[in-house]
Amino acid sequence: MIDETKPPDASRRGFLNWLLGTSVGGLLVVMGFPVGRYLIPPEASESATATVRLPFKPEEIRPNTAKIFKFGNRPGILVRTPAGELRAFSATCTHLACTVQYREELGHIWCACHNGHFDLNGQNIAGPPPRPLEAFVVNETADQIVVSKGA
Amino acid sequence: MLARPNWLGDAWRWLDARLDLSYVQQIAKKKDVPVHRHTIWYYLGGMTLFLFMVQVATGVLLLFYYRPSAEEAYESVQFLMAEVEFGWLIRSMHAWAANLMIFTVFIHLFSVLLLKAYRSPREITWLSGVALLGLSISFGFTGYLLPWNELAYFATRVGTEIVGVVPFVGSFFLSFLRGGTDVSGATLTRFYAIHVALLPAAAAVFLGLHLFLVQKHGMSIPDSAEASEQRGRAMPFLPNFLLRDLIGWLSALAILASLAAFFPAELGVKADPFQPAPIGIKPEWYFMFMFQSLKYLPAHILFIEGEVVGVFAFGLAAVLLLLVPFLDRRSIRGERERLFIWLGIAAIAFIVVLTILGYTANPTQ
Amino acid sequence: MRFGLWAAPLLGLSLVVVWPQAAVAQSEQNSCITCHQVLPDERLSAPAEQFPDDIHATKGFICIACHGGDATIVGPAAMDPAKGYIGSPQREQVPALCGRCHSNAQFMRRFNPALRVDQVTEFEASVHGQKLLSDGDPNVATCTSCHTVHSIKPASDPRSSVHPLRVPATCGRCHADEQRMARYNIPTDQLDLYQTSIHWETISEGGDLSAPTCNDCHGNHGAAPPGLAWVGNVCAQCHSMMAEFFNESRHSRVFALLGNPGCATCHRNHDIHPASDEMLGLGEGAVCVRCHTADDQGGQTAGAFRMAIDSLRTTTEETHSILLRAENSGMEVSQALFALNGAQDALVKARATIHSFDIEQVNAEVGLGLEIVTDVRSRGEQALSDLRLRRVWLAVSVVIIVALIVGLAMKIQEIERRA
Repeated sequence: MIDETKPPDASRRGFLNWLLGTSVGGLLVVMGFPVGRYLIPPEASESATATVRLPFKPEEIRPNTAKIFKFGNRPGILVRTPAGELRAFSATCTHLACTVQYREELGHIWCACHNGHFDLNGQNIAGPPPRPLEAFVVNETADQIVVSKGA
Repeated sequence: MLARPNWLGDAWRWLDARLDLSYVQQIAKKKDVPVHRHTIWYYLGGMTLFLFMVQVATGVLLLFYYRPSAEEAYESVQFLMAEVEFGWLIRSMHAWAANLMIFTVFIHLFSVLLLKAYRSPREITWLSGVALLGLSISFGFTGYLLPWNELAYFATRVGTEIVGVVPFVGSFFLSFLRGGTDVSGATLTRFYAIHVALLPAAAAVFLGLHLFLVQKHGMSIPDSAEASEQRGRAMPFLPNFLLRDLIGWLSALAILASLAAFFPAELGVKADPFQPAPIGIKPEWYFMFMFQSLKYLPAHILFIEGEVVGVFAFGLAAVLLLLVPFLDRRSIRGERERLFIWLGIAAIAFIVVLTILGYTANPTQ
Repeated sequence: MRFGLWAAPLLGLSLVVVWPQAAVAQSEQNSCITCHQVLPDERLSAPAEQFPDDIHATKGFICIACHGGDATIVGPAAMDPAKGYIGSPQREQVPALCGRCHSNAQFMRRFNPALRVDQVTEFEASVHGQKLLSDGDPNVATCTSCHTVHSIKPASDPRSSVHPLRVPATCGRCHADEQRMARYNIPTDQLDLYQTSIHWETISEGGDLSAPTCNDCHGNHGAAPPGLAWVGNVCAQCHSMMAEFFNESRHSRVFALLGNPGCATCHRNHDIHPASDEMLGLGEGAVCVRCHTADDQGGQTAGAFRMAIDSLRTTTEETHSILLRAENSGMEVSQALFALNGAQDALVKARATIHSFDIEQVNAEVGLGLEIVTDVRSRGEQALSDLRLRRVWLAVSVVIIVALIVGLAMKIQEIERRA
């Protein structure tokens, strides 16, 4: 039943107040939600161009093997030497920027494009590469590996 | 009237007993705004204030992630854009609101100038307003460098270079601004300090003064409105004018959000001091008219370097702008006056034409 | 005797007579240089001017080390055959003369233990050596032709005539001279062709001295054009992957049978340009079409190679631009961009695998690359759709704001109606 005692004005005003209230509420949500999410720190808590936490555990990389990882926008190569030490270098060959790889039978780093060889200190030991690979600093704990740019 | 819940009324009474809120309420109820065909220009001051508040809010949020050193600034902005949720939104809104705010500051300035709202007793309001104009432009100049990208680096180099052109004190100010002889990480840190601490403090002071005086003197009524039949009409500030203000602010918010979504702030490449300047370095649009007019000056005027003359001319123009209420003698005497209006229109035309030229003329000229 | 030639030394001699101190000082110096420096004839004074910069001078050797004679005596008497003076050696005597020291390991190690001592032996095996020593042809290169006579510097010295940047010009001095080479029936366009090559560009503009110049392919002292059969071995020094593939391919056998010069068949020898995908297939600029047509198996395989490489390259480029578009709009795609590097690596490997001329192997590499590209592309498109999501959020926000504005306008209307 339509309530005839309420003047049409009042119901219009009621609708208006409802509209205003809901819109203000909606606005607060639509403004507050982004700000709230913004303030929550993202997973990678800081820029990955200077330091990178590797997505695999130390036990996943055996001696005399290597893994390619992402360092900033460029590839890096993490090598566990036969002696068990972890070393990391830029995987961009200093000759013509191909991605290097680890050769187990040679025990050092090699570039397939023009047969460039790098030793486990990153030094260019044979082939065309004119400069050593840039070395990174590796920090290994029980459950994670962190690679960062040297000073 | 809306029915207030009881607790709201109790809270009001509690605060009123301690803060004398009813005094404020009285003043607010009495405050009204003249209504005439130039009323629309009254909204500009509030719009500028709203955009400034947006800047402060987004600026504070940006502080959570930005790092002010040459080694980390660019990367931190990149990180903000790519990894932080809605980081792109906050940064893009900050960049767009900056541009919109400076735009409205200029329109507000020119509307006040042309409607002669600077007349007595509003001279100090005008002075504080010109100071706020200078602060806004300084905010823009210092903030622009902070992402430490290529365009900003070279724009800052050119901009600070022009400061050094002033004889005697120029090189001191140049090295003071730059934190050294060249634009470097020291410049970045210095600009950061100026942008987030020094300028906000100064802005708070001048803005407080400006708003207090606007409140005290009320809105100025232009002569043409005085003479018309509409004389005497007014609307209450609360809630009529404020609600209209809110509509304007909400529209600005919607526009800002759209600009941020469709034209997010760009970053470009990181600044490299050892690379040559890319062709066609341009300053931000609000500097363009000065930049372009300097280009048109001959190398030497009489025996003075053209650039020095240009810098002095703009300096003089700024001083004249500041002194308008005192120079407009006719208005002081209460007479009708057209010269300053024509000068104002000429200034607008000059700025618009040179800004357009700045973007259309060949960069290598 | 031309007395003009002797006037200056007589002058010098007279100085000695008048100035005993000078005589003592001069005897500790190189008397050859002292006189030869002031001789008016360029042919005699030039060596004296050049020699002080020579590597031998730096090591303490003076003129008599090669020419014999007595450097303590001033004047013509210094040039005494009894004291070993041999004058200017004949061309065919030069290798033996240089070899007196440079083939003596015990001697050379006093100055540079790392220097080789087999240059003369190599030279004797070279075309230059054969012609000079066996055929008695004096018009070919001998030691001094390349190393210069009196301004010899180590190859690492940029001023040396045998520094990698200068080697082509040094060889070209004879080999680009048509008149000189006419009697040998050797083309003279090698220098011009080489200077258009990517190897020369890498050395001269890229500053990378590891790229080959004349001696890297032809040998230094044992210089000879590579035999057709072993051109590939020369290229394999650097391009080992391609050479491995090629040696296992059917082309290697066929080329050997046909007497084709291995790698140079398709890539040319002196004007080697960067290999491009256009070289594949049967279209314009392709090399396969020189032997194959669309009707034979090889031609069809060539077409298949081209299609495979093209597909990987174009999809990689398309995906890259999708990612860049997303990145420019503020989306986070760095992981995807990094993964796309893998596709680029696959493209490099696929291009190397072409040299196996085996469509299975090539398709395997291309397939790996395409897998990566497909995955990355979907991530890129996901990012772009997230971008669209942003626009949806914007639309929602704008709708809410507009609703609020409408509400406010109505509120204003209501308030002012009541007033």
